[in-house]
Amino acid sequence: MKLTLRVWRQKNAGADGAMSTYEVDDISPDMSFLEMLDVLNEHLILAGEDPVAFDHDCREGICGACSLVINGDAHGPERTTACQLHMRSFQDGDTIDIEPWRAAAFPVVKDLVVDRSAFDRIIQAGGYITAPTGAAPEAHATPVPKPDADFAFEHAECIGCGACVAACPNGAAMLFTSAKVNHLGVLPQGAPERETRVLDMVAQMDEEGFGGCTLAGECATACPKGIPLVSITAMNKEWLRATRKVAKR
Amino acid sequence: MARTVWDSTVGKKTVMAVSGLIMLLYLVAHMIGNLKIFFGPTEFNHYAHWLRTVGEPFMHYEWTLWLIRVVLVVAVVAHAVCAYQLSRRDIRARPSKYVHQRPRASYATRTMRWGGIILGLFIVWHLLDLTTGTVHSGGFQAGHPYQNVVDTFSTWYGDVIYIVAMLALGLHIRHGFWSAAQTLGVGSRARDRALKTAANVLALLLTAGFIAVPVGVMTGVVS
Repeated sequence: MKLTLRVWRQKNAGADGAMSTYEVDDISPDMSFLEMLDVLNEHLILAGEDPVAFDHDCREGICGACSLVINGDAHGPERTTACQLHMRSFQDGDTIDIEPWRAAAFPVVKDLVVDRSAFDRIIQAGGYITAPTGAAPEAHATPVPKPDADFAFEHAECIGCGACVAACPNGAAMLFTSAKVNHLGVLPQGAPERETRVLDMVAQMDEEGFGGCTLAGECATACPKGIPLVSITAMNKEWLRATRKVAKR
Repeated sequence: MARTVWDSTVGKKTVMAVSGLIMLLYLVAHMIGNLKIFFGPTEFNHYAHWLRTVGEPFMHYEWTLWLIRVVLVVAVVAHAVCAYQLSRRDIRARPSKYVHQRPRASYATRTMRWGGIILGLFIVWHLLDLTTGTVHSGGFQAGHPYQNVVDTFSTWYGDVIYIVAMLALGLHIRHGFWSAAQTLGVGSRARDRALKTAANVLALLLTAGFIAVPVGVMTGVVS
C-alpha cells in the first residue's frame, strides 16, 4: 500500500505545531497502524530527520497508551485501540490525517504525545478502595450478585486511554470518571467510600479543566472498550445520591 | 449541599435539568391553552381571564399568575446562567480544533446553544408583544388576547419569528428532555428507547401545537 500521511508535528509543549505531509510505500495491509508509523519513523531516522513521537506500550489493546486521532476519529475507524487497528481498514492511495488528543486538560508534550496525568489525579482523588484486601481471596467469601459483578466488570474494562475526552466536543472526562466510579461503587469492597469517591472524583475532574457533559454521545462511540453512555447516567445518579447523603451527615 | 451542587459541572447540569423540566411543564399547559383560540374569541378571552382568577377565593386576583411568573423567571434565569457558565467551560476545555473535521453528534445536540439563545430572545419579544404590548403591531388591547394574537400573526415577521422559535424549541426539547433524564440519573438501557420516544413526541406535539396558531391565522381559520 502507498499512503499519504498528514501528521501533527510539534517540537515541544510551548512550540506551535502544524500538519506535515509524508509519503509511505510498501505498507502491508496486515500491519498495525503503529507498525505503519514505525516504518515512517525508520525512513525519517535514515533521512536524518526527527522521528514522529507517539505513545505506545503493550500494542495489545489493553494498556491504553496509544492515543491517535486518525481522520478525526479517536483510535481511527474501528472500535479498538490504534495499536489494534490494521492497515486493511484503509485503501491503497489513501490520505490519512493523524493528530494528538485535543483537550485543554491533555496538553501536547511533543508531536502526537499528550500529557494524561490529569487522569491519574482523578484516580488519586478516589479511584481506589481503602480496605486492605491482601492476596486474592476465596471467590465466594464475599458474595456479589451476578448483575453487580457484570456491571462492575463492564466498567473495569476502561483502560484510561482518554479517547472519550479526545472525541468529546467539550473535552469532558465524564465517561472515564463514570467508568471508575461505577466499577468500584457497586462492589462491597468499594462500599465504604461510595459517597466520597464520586464526589471527590467529579470535583477533581472539574478541577483539571475538563468540560461538562452535553450528552453528545461521542465518547461512547469512540471508546475502544465499549463503555456505554448510560455509565454517565449512572454516575450522575450516584453523584446526586452522594450529595444528599453527605448533606444529611 | 447547595455549594457542592453549584460548584460542580454535574450539579449545574442538575439545575439545568430541573429548570428545563419546569419550563417544559409550563409549555405543555401553555400550548393546550393556546389551542382554545380555535373555539372563538369568547372562549379564548374567557380562558385568559380565568388565568387571572385561578385559586380564588384562596388566592387574590392574579396571585396565582404572578406566582407562576416568578417560578418561570427563576427557572429561565437559572437555566441560562448555568448554560452560559457550562458553555464557557466547555469551550475552554477544547481550545484547539481537529484539522480533520467531521460532523459530531446529532443536529439537535449541536444546536442546543444557539437554539437556547434564539429561544431566550424569542421570550423577550413574545412578552413585549403579547403580555405588555410594547412592540405589538396595531393597537394592543389589554383583556382582548384573541384580537392581539390575530394582529401579531397577521404580520409576516410575527409569523416568521414565531415559527422559527417553535422549530428551535422542538429541537431543544428533543435533546433536552432526554438529556435531563440522564442528568437526573433516571435513564437506563431498558428505558432509553422510551425516553427518546417521549422526547420526540413531546417535541413534535409542542412544536405542532404552538405553530397551529399562526397557521390558523394565516389560513383564515382564526380571524
